[in-house]
Amino acid sequence: MVKDRGHPNRLGIWGWFGGGSWGPDRYLYSLHRVTGLGLLLYFLLHIVVTSSRALGQGAWEESMARVSGPVFMLGEYLVFVAFAFHAINGVRLLFAELGYGIGKPIEPIYPYRTCLDDQRPWALGALVLIAALIVVGALDFFVWH
Amino acid sequence: MSNGNLPEQIVFRIRRFSPGRDKEPVWKEYRVAYEAGMTVLDGLWRIKESIDPTLAWRASCRMGVCGSCGMLINGSAMLGCNTQISELASSVVSVAPLPNFPIVRDLVPDLQLLFDDHAALSPYIIRADSAEQENPTGEYYQTSKEMETYLQFTYCIKCACCMAACPTCATDALYSGPMALTQAHRYNTDTRDDGFEVRKQVLAGEAGPWRCHFAGECSRVCPKGVDPAKAIQFMKRQLVADALGLRKKRPLAPLLKKPEGIQRRPGIAEAPEPTVG
Amino acid sequence: MRDQKLWTWHLAAGAIILVLLGLHMVIMHLDALVGIFNPAGGHPIDWANVVARGQSLAFTATYILLLGAGLFHGLYGLRNILFELDPAPPLKRALSWVLLLVGVGLFILGTWAAWVGHQVASMT
Repeated sequence: MVKDRGHPNRLGIWGWFGGGSWGPDRYLYSLHRVTGLGLLLYFLLHIVVTSSRALGQGAWEESMARVSGPVFMLGEYLVFVAFAFHAINGVRLLFAELGYGIGKPIEPIYPYRTCLDDQRPWALGALVLIAALIVVGALDFFVWH
Repeated sequence: MSNGNLPEQIVFRIRRFSPGRDKEPVWKEYRVAYEAGMTVLDGLWRIKESIDPTLAWRASCRMGVCGSCGMLINGSAMLGCNTQISELASSVVSVAPLPNFPIVRDLVPDLQLLFDDHAALSPYIIRADSAEQENPTGEYYQTSKEMETYLQFTYCIKCACCMAACPTCATDALYSGPMALTQAHRYNTDTRDDGFEVRKQVLAGEAGPWRCHFAGECSRVCPKGVDPAKAIQFMKRQLVADALGLRKKRPLAPLLKKPEGIQRRPGIAEAPEPTVG
Repeated sequence: MRDQKLWTWHLAAGAIILVLLGLHMVIMHLDALVGIFNPAGGHPIDWANVVARGQSLAFTATYILLLGAGLFHGLYGLRNILFELDPAPPLKRALSWVLLLVGVGLFILGTWAAWVGHQVASMT
């Protein structure tokens, strides 16, 4: 073993997002991670802000007023977009990571078919659904109100 | 055979690194005359023979069997011997050592980590009847259907392309990685094996499949169609069922004793010696 | 042993969140389209609507369930990401404790707010 010899050559965080010429599933993975972090940040703040309801109408209305206005509206819409992606892609992952919708073990004959080919229709379906949710959300946020 | 759209010369951009001499890897360019049917490995040989004899890489069978020549070619992990320059559709071929492994020299990665992860997951048949395994009296009986549940995962050649492509392996040295996990699943699924609890000691912890988030790169780059992502997701299902107490215990493959009291008809040649027993 | 169980709960929490947060999003953001659980009309975050929802014990209970599931799912996900950066074992232990304390602290805060909200709403 050449433990201390050579260059470590680990890609690091760059390897999470790209690190080479990779496939579309890599980008779904990255987006799932980024939207998850965004939703968590919002959620933690959301708990603190909405806890003001315990202090009565005045405190509630004051804290709601503090987070209103076009900037917060846009921010909330981005949270909705992140939610739409993370939720729908999450359902896809929930099934895929439990081994459903990824095919069965096969005899590998070139050109090789992989579980990504079995996943493709589900991934595409998820993306269409996410896009539809984002559009409906935009209408509700900015048009119907 | 025609050259297609490829020019007469191919530019090889190769990431060189010599321990002790270089602090960081450096890119060097070499021009090689293109010939029909030329693989990336052929190109490397051409450079070593006629331009720079100090260029180092690891290769052996040159036919996609031994798993020695995994390298990062135009940004994707693949085997040098299996990759036709014509299929890259580019007159510039960049070649770098597989990422996520220390570089021994030039294009030679140190794969010790891969072998350690593999060994840690006991990639062999484990059974309680160790006396039978040491001194076999027969063969374990398995149907072809049972074999098909893991056969795909046995084609792994340990080339490490999957580990180089895996995003988790890019940062997490503790993660077992797609190769070792796939092999663990291959044995967990084998009806002759009873080692699930032994492998679970590693799999249930941080080195297990929980660090896989189905980015799918391992399956995309695998040069043998082993589909590690598929094996890892099946493994998760098995371990989640186990955590919930829902894992079905499958019957262990029985021992097939030699047939007794059968008379061979005259004139029929003896069967070859069985491999065991 | 731990990650096998924690990840199983991570999935289960994800499924709970899907249902409850889905409902929450429909109530809060698709009010113009669907308009459920907003008896006072107007905005879903108007005090009258908040009080109306808070009167229901079932609503309060699902809020607390969503709070717990969301905190666990989110903070375990964050822990996964941080651990993948390969920090040293002492740092990993410290991170686990910090995330646990943040989770428990916010769960207590949120549960308290939901419960007090329910009691105030029940009196009106």
